[in-house]
Amino acid sequence: MTGTNPSAANDPLLKVTDLSKNFGGLRAVNRINLELFPGDLAGLIGPNGAGKTTAFNLITGVYYPTEGQINFKGQDIGGLAPHVINQMGIARTFQNIRLFPSLTVLENVCIAYHSHAGYSMQDAILRNNKFEVQEKELLEKAQDFLGIFNMQDRQGEIARNLPYGQQRRLEIARALAADPQLLLLDEPAAGMNPNESIALMDLIHFIRDRFKLTILLIEHQMRVVMGVCEKITVMDFGEVIAYGKPDEIQSDPRVIEAYLGRGAAELSEKLQRSKTQ
Amino acid sequence: MTKKFSKSTLWFLGASILAYAVLEILISTQILNTFWNTIIRIGGVMAIVSIGLNLIYGFNGQFSLGQWGFYAIGAYAAADVTYRWSINKSADGLVVLFLATTLSGIVILWLRKKLANIRGLDPLSAFTIYLAATIIMSALAWWVGIAVTPAVTGALNILPAPVAMQVVFVIAVLLSAILAAEISFLFGLPILSLGSDYFGIATLGFSIIVKILLDNSDTLLGFVEMKGARGMVGIPKETSLFWVFFFLVVSVVLVRNLLRSSYGRAIISVREDEIAAKAMGIDIAEYKILAFVLGSFLAGLAGGLYAHINGFLHPNTFNFIKSFDPMIIIVFGGLGSITGTVFAAFAWALILEGVLRLFLPQGFETWRFVVYPLLLLVTMLLRPKGIFGEYEIPFLRQILPPIRKPAETPENNSTVEAQS
Repeated sequence: MTGTNPSAANDPLLKVTDLSKNFGGLRAVNRINLELFPGDLAGLIGPNGAGKTTAFNLITGVYYPTEGQINFKGQDIGGLAPHVINQMGIARTFQNIRLFPSLTVLENVCIAYHSHAGYSMQDAILRNNKFEVQEKELLEKAQDFLGIFNMQDRQGEIARNLPYGQQRRLEIARALAADPQLLLLDEPAAGMNPNESIALMDLIHFIRDRFKLTILLIEHQMRVVMGVCEKITVMDFGEVIAYGKPDEIQSDPRVIEAYLGRGAAELSEKLQRSKTQ
Repeated sequence: MTKKFSKSTLWFLGASILAYAVLEILISTQILNTFWNTIIRIGGVMAIVSIGLNLIYGFNGQFSLGQWGFYAIGAYAAADVTYRWSINKSADGLVVLFLATTLSGIVILWLRKKLANIRGLDPLSAFTIYLAATIIMSALAWWVGIAVTPAVTGALNILPAPVAMQVVFVIAVLLSAILAAEISFLFGLPILSLGSDYFGIATLGFSIIVKILLDNSDTLLGFVEMKGARGMVGIPKETSLFWVFFFLVVSVVLVRNLLRSSYGRAIISVREDEIAAKAMGIDIAEYKILAFVLGSFLAGLAGGLYAHINGFLHPNTFNFIKSFDPMIIIVFGGLGSITGTVFAAFAWALILEGVLRLFLPQGFETWRFVVYPLLLLVTMLLRPKGIFGEYEIPFLRQILPPIRKPAETPENNSTVEAQS
C-alpha cells in the first residue's frame, strides 16, 4: 500500500486496522485501514456522509470504536479519553471552528499548554515562586508561539472578534502549541475565499516543515487537496475506496463514480480510452 | 525571603483593611446599629456563597441550583458542632466531624489516584466505590471520635472559655465547608456528565432533598438539637464582622489565584467549548468536579458563618426558592466577574433587607419583593450582561504580558507571511 513511500522502512506513526463504528444499525465507518508515516502530508476525501469526520473522531477518542485497532507510535489508543490522546501527541482542528470564543488569542494558546504547566494547583493558589517563574515562562512561550504565526500583535484580542481566516490560523496554532507529532485538520478551507485558501496552503506547508509534523486533512476544496496532499485516501459509504497520489486519484473510476455517479465514471473511462488511442 | 507584592495587590489589601476599619469604627460609635451590622454581615456571607456559584456557573458554565443545599449543609453542620460545645459542653461534634471529613478526604484522594488508571470506568461504579468508602470512614470516625472526645474536651477547656469558643467556631466553619465539598464531590460524580439543563434540574433536586431532610432532622437524621421544622435555636452568635471580612477576602484571593492560573484557564475553557477543551488535552470531567467542589466549599463556608449570625436556623431559610438568590446575585453582578459578585451581594443585602425595609411606609414592607424584582428587571434590560459585565478590578484581572517579538534565532525567523 505504501511501497513507494521513501520512509516505508520506518514504522508507521499512525496505523488504523479494520476500524469500524456503528451508530445503532448504521455502519458509519466500515473496516477502514490507514497508515501514516512520519512526515506524511495526507488527505482524506469523499462525498458528504462518507464517514471522514467519524474516522477523525475515532482517532481522536471522541467516539469509542466498535471494532478494529488504532495504533499511534506502536500503542493502541482506541477508546482512550480525548485529552489523553491529545497529550500523547495527536492534535486536531474542527470542521466548524471551535475556539474559546470569549477568551483572548493568547489565552487560547495558553490553554493548549495546560498539560505542560510546570506548577501544581497548590503552587497556583499559594502564588509561590515556582508559580511565578513557570507561569511567566508559559506566557512567554505562548507569545513566541503566536509570533511564529505572525499573530503576536493580536494577543489581547477576543478570539470571537478575529476575521475568519485569522480564526482558522489561531485554531491551527492552538492545535500545534502542545507540540503534537500528528495533526488532523478537519476541512481547514471550509468557507474560505480563494485568497484565504492559498494562504492556508502556504500555512500547511510551512507548519509541516517548521514543526516536522505528520498531517492528515479532510477537505472538500479539490484545489487545496490536490495542491497540498502527497497521498490521498478516498472514502465512500464508510469504506476506503481508493488510495494513491493526487493524479492517480483524479483518474480513478471508483472515485469519479463516488463523486459524480456511474455514468460519469463510464464517460470518463471512454474519454481516457479515446485519448490513449 | 521577602516577596514583592504588586501595586494592585497592595491596593486590594489596603482597600479591604480600610473598608473593614471604617465599618468597625462606625459600628463602635453606634452610627451603624445592630440592624445594619447584621445586614452587612449577611451581605458578606452572600458574597462568599455567590463567588462559589460564580465559579461553578460563571466560570465553569455548569448551571447549578444546588448551591443553596450546600449552604444549608454548611450551616447546620457548623451550628451543630458549636451548639454541642456551648450547650452540652462537649467536643464530640467537633471531633467526629473532624475525623469524618479528614478520613473521608484522605480516602477520596487516595481512591482518585487509584481509579484514574482504570480505562473507561463508569461514573456510577466510581460513585459507588467512593460512597462505600466514605460511609465506612464516617462510621470509623464515629467510633473513634466517641472514644477520644473526653480528652479533646479536656484539652480545649484549658483555654479560657471565650477563646475556646472562638477556636471551636472557626474549626467548625472550616470543617463544615470541607463536609459540603466532600458531599458535592460524591454528588457531582454521577451528575456532572449531564448536560447543562439536566444538571440544573438534578442540583435543584439536591437542594430539595436537603431541605426535606432538615425539616425532619430531629426524627429522620437523629439530631434532636436541630429540632426539625421548628427551627434550631441556641447557636452561639460568633460570626463577627471580622470573621466575615476575613473569610471573604480569603475566598476572593483563593478564587482569584486559582482562576488566574493555567488551572483557571482550564476551568474556563470548559465553559467556552467542552469539545475543543477535550481536544486540547483538558480533562473536562476533572475540572468540572474541581469547580463544583470548590464552589460548594465556599457555600459550606458561607453557611457556617450564616448560622452564627442570628443564632437561629430554620429549614425554610434553605427553601429552594431562596436558592435563586445567589443565582440572581451573580447574574446581576455579571457572570464571570468576581468584582460584580461581591458588589451585587452587598447591594442585594443592603437594598432588599435594609433600604427597602426602612423606607417603604409602615405596613408595606412586603412590597419590597415587588420593588426588588422591578429593579432587577430594569437593570437586566439596561445592562444585559450584569452591572459589571466581565469587568474586574486590577487585582482580579488576568494580566497579559507586553507584546514580544519572537526570539531572533535563525530557526525562528521563518514566520509565515501575514494574510489579510
